[in-house]
Amino acid sequence: MRTINSKDITEAVKKAAIEANTLLPTDIYQALQEAYAKEQLPRAKHILEVLLENADLARQEGLALCQDTGLVVVNITFGQEVHVEGSLEEAVNEGIRRGYREGHFRASVVRHPFRRENTGDNTPCVIHTELVPGDGMQLTVFPKGAGSENMGRVAMLKPGAGEQGIIDFVIEAIEMAGGSPCPPLVVGVGVGGNLEVAPYLAKKALMRPLGKPGPHPELEHKLLELINRTGIGPQGLGGNTTALGVNLEVHPTHIASLPVAVNLGCHSTRRCTVEL
Amino acid sequence: MDSRILIPPLTEDTIRLLKAGDFVTVQGTIYTARDAAHKRMVETIATGKPLPFDPAGQLIYYTGPCPGFGDHPIGSCGPTTSGRMDGYTVDLLKLGLKGMIGKGERSAEVREAMRKYQAVYLAAVGGAGAYLSRRVVKAEIVAYPDLGPEAIMKLEVVDFPCIVAIDAQGGNLYTEFNKGDK
Repeated sequence: MRTINSKDITEAVKKAAIEANTLLPTDIYQALQEAYAKEQLPRAKHILEVLLENADLARQEGLALCQDTGLVVVNITFGQEVHVEGSLEEAVNEGIRRGYREGHFRASVVRHPFRRENTGDNTPCVIHTELVPGDGMQLTVFPKGAGSENMGRVAMLKPGAGEQGIIDFVIEAIEMAGGSPCPPLVVGVGVGGNLEVAPYLAKKALMRPLGKPGPHPELEHKLLELINRTGIGPQGLGGNTTALGVNLEVHPTHIASLPVAVNLGCHSTRRCTVEL
Repeated sequence: MDSRILIPPLTEDTIRLLKAGDFVTVQGTIYTARDAAHKRMVETIATGKPLPFDPAGQLIYYTGPCPGFGDHPIGSCGPTTSGRMDGYTVDLLKLGLKGMIGKGERSAEVREAMRKYQAVYLAAVGGAGAYLSRRVVKAEIVAYPDLGPEAIMKLEVVDFPCIVAIDAQGGNLYTEFNKGDK
């Protein structure tokens, strides 16, 4: 058994929250640079240039990349041989609280969905844990803005709909979302499981760095081509760059089910992973 | 990029010159308001009381900024999704509001009212909050401080860059490029 002190978790989450909000991940930055080089429409090219400049400024000045510093999702891969001293949930939330205060980030969380009072410190975050063998611990801090999150969709397709049904559903979701989720997008797709697993897979897909291979690279590539053919473009104002990448994850499912979920990430899909 | 300069208060003559696709830069005063502030303003209009600022000729910027710090008068402050304000916008256009700055498509009702009352909808680059914050030289809360990041702020902006997304004649970049966007 390995013991991890909850104070160390708080400190790690605090640092990751600040880094995630101010440093655009390298893979996303490079994808924006490649899109800028390839984009044909002058207006779209100009927007991509602004986004690259935005990432440079955020890094240099310690400014949040986007004012929507999100409802934070924290994914924890938790070794079975780890014992946490104190409350894991409280340690993580305290890290978010401190990171958002020190980073001067916006508080974007309301305590109750009907009454809607702002909690003032961007907590609570959403915590997912996955148990794995060993004594390691890995945390991914993923601030998710509502502009893109609100455009996510889930459907329980008939198994006969197959791959084409999945493609049609994803394209429809992108077209309905238009400029609102801040394209060029990172598109997370979850296929399989059940009603709650598919959206979780779609979120996990967004956390996978672009270019890191998934289980179905050909389908991801095909979806990316079709999405970029919609002409929606950066900010929905036209162009060839509607998405920077598509990440798709799968899970075993029921003989009668084909759940599919789309979770959209904006052009500044932010994440920071730390190991303890 | 060549761009036209807009200095509020704006007149119908200026609005009429703007075409979807034009690059513009805003100079001077604009007001921030998003979901909760719009709800309050529309409730105020219904009771016949005056609004915290006179919207005639003005531009409302849909944003909920990060707080300022050090020598930054405001933190990251990009546009939020405008569609959520659709249900409140017509009442403000009736009072002479001349434009909105945000991101994403507007409803048919808002587009029609923009034609009727001669107003323009400007898109700022969504998610470019750090970049846009450098164009804000002064920021002060003028109403609803209890709403935190949703309070109404008066901003002084310099070279604040936008693209005309929907003009007062019905020209619309979103419908031009995206058949699914409603």
